[in-house]
Amino acid sequence: MSVDQKMDSGRRQLLVATSAAGGVAAVATAVPFVASLTPSERAKAAGAPVEANISKLAPGEMMTVEWRGKPVWILRRTPEMLASLDKTDTIVSDPESAKQMQPEYAKNKSRSIKPEYLVAVGICTHLGCSPSDKFKMGAESGMGEDWHGGFLCPCHGSKFDLSGRVFKSMPAPDNLEVPPHKYLSDTTILIGDDSKA
Amino acid sequence: MTTKSQQLLNWVDERFPLTSTWKEHLSEYYAPKNFNFWYFFGSLALLVLVIQILTGIFLVMHYKPDASVNASGIPVAFASVEYIMREVPGGWLIRYLHSTGASAFFIVVYLHMFRGLLYGSYRKPRELIWIFGTLIFLALMAEAFMGYLLPWGQMSFWGAQVIVNLFSAIPVIGPDLSLVIRGDFVVSDATLNRFFSFHVIAVPLVLIGLVLAHIVALHEVGSNNPDGVEIKKKKDANGIPLDGIPFHPYYTVKDIVGVVGFLIFFTAIVFFAPEGGGYFLEYNNFIPADPLKTPPHIAPVWYFTPFYSILRAVTYPLFGLDAKFWGVVAMGASVVIIAFLPWLDRSPVKSIRYKGGLYKGILAVFVVAFFILGYLGVLPPTPGRTLVAQICSVIYFAFFLAMPWYSKIDKCKPEPDRVTFK
Repeated sequence: MSVDQKMDSGRRQLLVATSAAGGVAAVATAVPFVASLTPSERAKAAGAPVEANISKLAPGEMMTVEWRGKPVWILRRTPEMLASLDKTDTIVSDPESAKQMQPEYAKNKSRSIKPEYLVAVGICTHLGCSPSDKFKMGAESGMGEDWHGGFLCPCHGSKFDLSGRVFKSMPAPDNLEVPPHKYLSDTTILIGDDSKA
Repeated sequence: MTTKSQQLLNWVDERFPLTSTWKEHLSEYYAPKNFNFWYFFGSLALLVLVIQILTGIFLVMHYKPDASVNASGIPVAFASVEYIMREVPGGWLIRYLHSTGASAFFIVVYLHMFRGLLYGSYRKPRELIWIFGTLIFLALMAEAFMGYLLPWGQMSFWGAQVIVNLFSAIPVIGPDLSLVIRGDFVVSDATLNRFFSFHVIAVPLVLIGLVLAHIVALHEVGSNNPDGVEIKKKKDANGIPLDGIPFHPYYTVKDIVGVVGFLIFFTAIVFFAPEGGGYFLEYNNFIPADPLKTPPHIAPVWYFTPFYSILRAVTYPLFGLDAKFWGVVAMGASVVIIAFLPWLDRSPVKSIRYKGGLYKGILAVFVVAFFILGYLGVLPPTPGRTLVAQICSVIYFAFFLAMPWYSKIDKCKPEPDRVTFK
């Protein structure tokens, strides 16, 4: 086609309209492919609550149960451990648990229903590693003289106190998550369900 | 007989550009005659790519991307790697070639990139070659990261957990994005299978396409050389660059020497130190993945550590967004910024041979900072180390961002008319 020939604008419009329609169809085709990348129905269903038997848990001990593929810690705190929470009040970034990292009934200093038992998802709020327990206090812990006991994330060094409250100026932005849970009896905790029976 | 084969060649050439392609890219592609040691690493990268594809094809015949637990309580994926190592004849060698090949790939590619930095290979008219190269580097990082999940060891699992969670730091879309990457609420069988798919099909296809684009772009403009002068400016009566020699046979033969030298080192590591002292294959990865327990010390494989250190170095929130988000931004920027080099360098000369002391000094500081970042990335963080990582991160970015300024005021020597060649 030579340059001086006049462009057939009717045909050009038809061409543009056809291409646009084809483009829309192509984008629409991508929808099922992207959808297939999201969690499957089976993955969504696998979130059943888990029961934990805490009858054999001694004071100062911690057990781990798996809920939704994540570790959930149950820590039985000694009076000394609970007292340490007063000392860490000033060095944690969210002492009042203002951010919604726990159900309403755990929005207190011990971040628990019964202060003795801390139930928390053992996944660092930074990038998802599982912090290690550093329960010993003082220099013995290897965490320095003024360590009051808590958790240390091995990946990026975030520190948490014995209520899972994150220290100030840490990579982790939030306190550890407290999952919905309830006591079925004095020795059994149901994790993942807090509906009133 | 010659006529018979000539006839066959003619028959093909009338239907497919065989002879002309051969000439354009090999026998009549004129490369500068003054290539030095640094110019081996391009062809070596191609060699390692071939090694990875070949060994990968054979590994897939025995590997099973399955996170479910077998009768002995071991994840099937982890057990299938052990099976390859212990029971498949020759399996151990193929697997070690592949795992060592991954580290070798990065060594070769880092040296290849540094060559570009030394001789200004990214400068006009080679900007696109450099951009394709940066994309290859990105694809290679994705390929290596997803491959690392497949053995389903402790480092596989927790490494993937950390990196996928990086994406959740992006405001608004982050949490959904990381869900789409994992295909589950935690790193699980769904994640393992899709990473397998990406590792063996999607990313290799992209890589091969990018490598082709890299080479086609290179052959369009011609290779740079250690003097950084264009050989196409001085041509003989036939239009052939005076300082150019045909790639084949001159550089094909020379590159064979490079291949032999490389293979001596490579096979020595494969046979005598395949774990690379815990840097090529990390010790914690010989423990099956346990979603309930992070190993006491996790670190990425060595080739990611400089960028990982930059991620960790960001500890301040900014504009109401978490430090975590800015860490991700800094890490992403530290890779992407490499692509902008062609427009950051304002020096009148390309090659370091003619650049002044200022550039040489700054480059040396940059290299030292890069090594320190890499070293810190394998260590657990302490406040002191974080401070050093922060200083080195600033140096890393300053090298790029201040380049328009210091490359301009640097006192350069005049470039020669033609390449220097003894």
